[in-house]
Amino acid sequence: MKYIQEFRDGAVARQLAARITQEARASRRYRLMEFCGGHTHSLWRYGIMDLLPDPVEMIHGPGCPVCVLPIGRLEQAIDVARRPGIILCTFGDMVRVPAKDRKSLLKAKADGADIRMVYGSADALRFATENPSREVVFFAIGFETTTPATAVVVKQAAERGITNFSVFSNHVLTPSAIDAILGSPDAKEGRILVDGFVGPGHVSTIIGTKPYERFAREHGKPVVVSGFEPLDLMQSILMLVRQINEGRCEVENEYTRAVVPGGNTRAMALVDEVFELRPSFEWRGLGTLPDSALRLRDRYAAWDAERKWTLPYEPVADHPACACGEILRGLKKPTDCKIFGTACSPESPVGSCMVSPEGSCAAYFAYGRLTRERPRRAEG
Amino acid sequence: MCLAIPARVVTVNGDGTAVVSIGGLRKSISLALVDVVAVGDYVVVHTGFALSRLDAVEAEKTLAILRDAGVGVERRS
Amino acid sequence: MASKWARRLDMVAGRVDMTHGSGGKAMAQLVDELFIAALDNPLLARKNDNAVFELPAGRVVMTTDAYVVSPLFFPGGDIGSLAVHGTINDVAMAGARPLHLSAAFILEEGFPLADLRRIVESMAKASRDAGVGVVTGDTKVVEKGKGDGVFITTTGVGIVPPPVVSPSGDRARPGDVVIVSGTMGDHGVAILSSREGLAFETSIKSDSAALHRLVARMVEVVPDIHVLRDPTRGGLSATLNEIAQQSGVGMVISEESIPVRDEVTAACELLGLDPLHLANEGKLIAITDHRHADKLLATMRSDPLGREAAIIGHVAEDPNRFVQIKTTFGGTRILDWLVGEALPRIC
Repeated sequence: MKYIQEFRDGAVARQLAARITQEARASRRYRLMEFCGGHTHSLWRYGIMDLLPDPVEMIHGPGCPVCVLPIGRLEQAIDVARRPGIILCTFGDMVRVPAKDRKSLLKAKADGADIRMVYGSADALRFATENPSREVVFFAIGFETTTPATAVVVKQAAERGITNFSVFSNHVLTPSAIDAILGSPDAKEGRILVDGFVGPGHVSTIIGTKPYERFAREHGKPVVVSGFEPLDLMQSILMLVRQINEGRCEVENEYTRAVVPGGNTRAMALVDEVFELRPSFEWRGLGTLPDSALRLRDRYAAWDAERKWTLPYEPVADHPACACGEILRGLKKPTDCKIFGTACSPESPVGSCMVSPEGSCAAYFAYGRLTRERPRRAEG
Repeated sequence: MCLAIPARVVTVNGDGTAVVSIGGLRKSISLALVDVVAVGDYVVVHTGFALSRLDAVEAEKTLAILRDAGVGVERRS
Repeated sequence: MASKWARRLDMVAGRVDMTHGSGGKAMAQLVDELFIAALDNPLLARKNDNAVFELPAGRVVMTTDAYVVSPLFFPGGDIGSLAVHGTINDVAMAGARPLHLSAAFILEEGFPLADLRRIVESMAKASRDAGVGVVTGDTKVVEKGKGDGVFITTTGVGIVPPPVVSPSGDRARPGDVVIVSGTMGDHGVAILSSREGLAFETSIKSDSAALHRLVARMVEVVPDIHVLRDPTRGGLSATLNEIAQQSGVGMVISEESIPVRDEVTAACELLGLDPLHLANEGKLIAITDHRHADKLLATMRSDPLGREAAIIGHVAEDPNRFVQIKTTFGGTRILDWLVGEALPRIC
């Protein structure tokens, strides 16, 4: 597969690893936060952390829309799915996330709710046209990469007069999440130690690289927007190491084949037409953040599930022993959580981070076991 | 949110959709989010939508940088 | 032959109803016109509630499996052919020659007879091609809403001919070689792609197939294969992990050596799946003493169902019982054992 395989070349990887090892100074640490669930996945799937020298440490940030979705919102989705006549369409990622009392979309489906997994928003709209006597609700999650696809189908539904379709919007914004980390009391008081960011590649395909400039400027943290293949990640790590060594705080773009500084203006215009900012929105692990999430505009109210259906919202606290919040903020590692691997495991997840293969806890559970049992070798 | 892969455009239909090929596998996708795309172009596909055209020139440049990165590095023994 | 029933079953527009399971005339007619006619063998034709037969010399193997696959029809097969292949394969994984099958059907009220006929004829073809007959069976009907169209349970009986030593999941030993008979993930992708919303223009077919002839040739050449297992639900990763646990060993697998079709790789990339987590219904894993590896591999490759057989790794000492995989990229990670079904993702 072109433009995929070439970016997975093992021989080039070892050379890049040697270069990173040479340039990373033993006298300091390079704590790099990678944002995106897809980056976390790539890091462990290709064993990249095995190839990095000791001074470089990868910290997993809150870039997984599954992990940051408040459980109260999932409860609303389960609630609407249970109503007679409703078809709830969801991405596979959400199906096993535990809600209150260990409920989940999967369990609700087993109990008889009509819940269908979709690959994309267009499939949800198609269910609506194919089932005119049923009401279809699309459980929309995702950062800026996924929002435009939801905007397209809402617009199509309005244009074609498809009235049995609505969207439960949980779309959230990346810069707000980064703000939450860098602007938090924990950060200000020096408890979050991040030296640089690996920026989300596909989010940036949509929003461009400009939104990250203020983080570099105001907080003095370099950002490198990275592709998802393992060589992209390694190159981005090298670029961050260099910026840190040289005392630069810039926004650089490693993923130039898919990201331009101005982003995808057509997609952003579509999003702007359909969505508006919510004044505030609760994020799991990060608290309530202003201007951080999107809802449908008034002119699309008829396709807004929150206005069409009564969906009372009740915040649901995490299990008291669950450390997802601190893990998402980069304060703790999964292994620091008291219930990691014991009460909380992929078989019986207590928090979202243990469910999807991109969640930090799930990745640590699978990948981390190997490195913990075996001392890390120095890579030559 | 992140899972998107490059695919080659095989057919462009008049209704805003296209058929793309990924390693021989064909899938129908929407072009609603991109400007003009031609047969033979590569696009980045996420949840059935093309997010952007993949810039082949930039791709080659990146590959060249990657391949050069290790040149002249002494391996630690 | 004139039908002895007052009116033939309407195989075009007719549906299963509660009378078809009640043991009366309607059921007898369904069994006669559909099951016995299609499955056609002397034991079944006697219409007893049992089948009586002689067993050749050797140890007897028995296995049973329930088939609840959805969708019922998929590229490369259906629940009927799957029910035959799957159970034949379970018998074969004991190193045994399958002799006979039984089939119990649970039908949902309202299920179209045309679909039922299609399934039964597919089952019959699979059975004929494999040379293993369905010699006894049962039919029940449940009320609408209490079944997913049709469920099939098949039981298989076979013989392990001497001098074959039955392979078993607890017999893998450090130093043994791990071989797969062909490409991984085909069936899982075929099923996912025929579910709504995940359709591809190019059809990836299920690899559903009966492996008993391949196994017969393998045990002839190496009578003492340590482990034979077909990586069905959960895929290669689940099967290797099960064996590692049972045998108290670890494994080291090379990702590069695992055969995967390009289209399956592409589908997995698109959906965010790992072909090693996806079901296979016409493949097997063989773990054997390294001294026999080359001749076993050669034998497998000479069989139509083993043309792409490959050595993928070896068994190692490991108190942690990890299945480690050396990635094409050069790193090593654990080949994890998925909890539940692999689901497409967007992240």
